[in-house]
Amino acid sequence: MLILNCPYCGREKDETELAAGGEAHLKRFGPGSSDQDFEGYLFDRANPKGLHFERWRCAAGCGKWFHAARCTATLEVFGTYKAQTLEPPKTIRDAITAKRPGWSWRNFS
Amino acid sequence: MKRNSVFAVAREAMRQHSGWRRTWGNPEPKKLYDVIIIGAGGHGLATAYYLGKNFGITNVAVIEKGWLGGGNTGRNTTIIRSNYLQDPSTAIYEKARSLYEDLSQDLNYNVMFSPRGVMMLAQTQHEIRGYQRTAHANSLQGVKTEFISPARVKELCPIMNIDGPRYPVLGALWQARGGSARHDAVAWGYARACSDMGMHILQKTEVTGITQQAGMVTGVDTSRGHIGCKKLGMVVAGHASAVAEMAGFQLPIESVPLQALVSEPIKPCMDVVVMANTVHGYMSQSDKGEMVIGGGTDAYNAYTQRGSFHHLEETVRALIETFPMVSRLKMLRHWGGIVDVTGDRSPILSKTPLGNTFINCGWGTGGFKAIPGSGWGFAELMAKGESPLTAEFGLDRFRAGRFIDESVAAGVAH
Repeated sequence: MLILNCPYCGREKDETELAAGGEAHLKRFGPGSSDQDFEGYLFDRANPKGLHFERWRCAAGCGKWFHAARCTATLEVFGTYKAQTLEPPKTIRDAITAKRPGWSWRNFS
Repeated sequence: MKRNSVFAVAREAMRQHSGWRRTWGNPEPKKLYDVIIIGAGGHGLATAYYLGKNFGITNVAVIEKGWLGGGNTGRNTTIIRSNYLQDPSTAIYEKARSLYEDLSQDLNYNVMFSPRGVMMLAQTQHEIRGYQRTAHANSLQGVKTEFISPARVKELCPIMNIDGPRYPVLGALWQARGGSARHDAVAWGYARACSDMGMHILQKTEVTGITQQAGMVTGVDTSRGHIGCKKLGMVVAGHASAVAEMAGFQLPIESVPLQALVSEPIKPCMDVVVMANTVHGYMSQSDKGEMVIGGGTDAYNAYTQRGSFHHLEETVRALIETFPMVSRLKMLRHWGGIVDVTGDRSPILSKTPLGNTFINCGWGTGGFKAIPGSGWGFAELMAKGESPLTAEFGLDRFRAGRFIDESVAAGVAH
């Protein structure tokens, strides 16, 4: 069972207490953007086999949205962090680099 | 290839079965093929078969990372039906179902198609209205389905408890010519027929890159060297995003595990396929007597081919109310497959941004039933550049907002 640590309430929650929210760090495109950008924002997903950044909600806990860095091939969790950020914090990136040197995901590395 | 028949069985019985040949070949790859299909699952093999049968294109290689039919083709619950809501879906699934009817004769290989009937239980008022609507849509589309009463459900499936306190059975959408088939045999039968036409099935050959020149595909890099091709078809289900990335484009797909499990074998007790979408449990009985049970998908992306344990618990818990006898059964095996889910829960059969490259993916949780129709339409798309069966399933529909919204139609993943 997947267990994540909520960075807001600090509790360990298993996946039955969480709600998965899909890919994180999407750039939002709204009215006035091109069809291609809007399609990309709504539908196109990295869907990697390996390192993935994604959104989770502490549904049966504090109710806050947070982010997690996780491997989709092994279910290893590299860390969780608060959602008020445009990119993963350095501590998370260092934790990933320690285990997956040379990693990259969309524009991050 | 010698034809399978009752006479062949009798002949081999006389000489201690020494005359059977390998079902498909194990050739060395050539330098260049007219068509390469990545993925030797049901859809990939069916595509190759209909390329040869309908269009005479037999200089074809089907490349497979693992073993033939070892992905979702060997991991599904083998349900075959075509009772969809939207016209394009019904057209391709009904084409598939009708091809299944005489697939054994066509391939000269027994795929054990059993049109035993499929019922989708209505257990809420919402589902009653939804399935009545589907039944009306199906009659306009020329697909024979009907909405049946709880008494008829009980008559067709006596082991069901239709008066459950939480989810009583209020009726069902019944497709009498739906059913199931032996999933491995579908892959093996297509592989045998493809091999017989001179096509190469290259197992344990992993694609590591896609080579291109001036926007056109030139071949694939594999663990057995570079193999050239004039046209490329990607039919890799859960790994579609990874292969598309090699070709330089992104897909509106997310890959999640879907689980199934089977019980110990018991005497025949259920001769229909039952799907209970509200509680997310599907059940049928295999020819060996095992109860075959399908559940729901995990909520998050993963490639682990096992899935979350609590989903199994939810599925079995839900089924016990509808099928009380299940509560005393021991479960023998459970497994997961990685399904490629699109935003509108409909597949993608399409040209791609890379020239002469085509993609067939996004079948999500319901690909097995579509294998012959998908192969038929995708082969036509690859051979002629267009197909009436696949016209609405293009990649461009997401940009245009022209969805084939079966997720709303069914109310669940399916």
